[in-house]
Amino acid sequence: MANTYKLIEAKTLGSAVSSVTFSSIPGTYTDLNLVCSIRTSRSAVAENILIGFNGSTSSFSAKTLGGQGNSGVDNLTTARLIGPADGDNATASTFANMSVYIPNYTSSDYKSYSADAVMEDNAALAFAYLTAGLWSNTASITSIELTTALSNNFKTNCTFYLYGISNS
Amino acid sequence: MAAGATYEPIATTTASGSTTSVTFSSIPGTYTDIIVICNNQNASNGDNGLQMRFNSDTGSNYSTTYIYGDGSSAVSGRQTSTTGAQFGRVASANITTSIGQIQNYSNSTTYKTVLGRGNNSSALVWGSVSLWRNTSAITSITIFNEASATISSGSTFTLYGILAA
Repeated sequence: MANTYKLIEAKTLGSAVSSVTFSSIPGTYTDLNLVCSIRTSRSAVAENILIGFNGSTSSFSAKTLGGQGNSGVDNLTTARLIGPADGDNATASTFANMSVYIPNYTSSDYKSYSADAVMEDNAALAFAYLTAGLWSNTASITSIELTTALSNNFKTNCTFYLYGISNS
Repeated sequence: MAAGATYEPIATTTASGSTTSVTFSSIPGTYTDIIVICNNQNASNGDNGLQMRFNSDTGSNYSTTYIYGDGSSAVSGRQTSTTGAQFGRVASANITTSIGQIQNYSNSTTYKTVLGRGNNSSALVWGSVSLWRNTSAITSITIFNEASATISSGSTFTLYGILAA
């Protein structure tokens, strides 16, 4: 059996935290897939989530296309954005889902990644976002950091799963 | 996630810098879905569409409905009766990620569909669905650039199999 789509680490928050970090990521896989369920403490319906690699928040670029369930479309170039999460004013018990796929995370090329995010709360405002991201850095990714865009907390019961995928 | 037996690597190719296409052949029919992960860059020709063909069919038997955003505008459109299914857009300026998932690829009764996600941070983010108007089981996939651009050395293409049970 190939060593593929293996859970590297799972995190379920027992208390609110301002950031989530996967550190010491082994370099033994080909790709990474980070799957998240997120709600933040922001006193609003939603809040964006940002990603960083190896403690770096620089040299990121992105294109994001988002829908809000109405005629409006979001066209964003917000670096490090992976999508919107529910804020504390969203419908109770709702959490946004996100999936970030990072191929060739140990390569000596820049790192291109794909992020899909949905936030649905059966209310006036919801989001579906697609993001193309690039980290213009040749270092192997050994850690992943998630923060909220407005320095709020990730709430209790948020979950984060990091999987490793191998091509052999 | 089932224990093992999913996201099994079927084949992987690393480009040498001298080819314009990559083909996965003799794909076994033992999975439920297959997914192609492309981490690639054009050696020239700027930005253009990344497409796939099945079973060496070069006829005008493909169609695609897409949305994309370039950071300032959003576009939705269609390509009909094309000679390939576009599932992303590749740059020569930077590495890109394109993902194509094909459901029920081995049945012999339905036309085949592709879910595409293209990630080219210098140009656009892409989402699409494509149709191949053929009921044959998919046994080979050829990935190519619509402008016949050379694939940069080091670009990788991996085909995975996904099992429902």
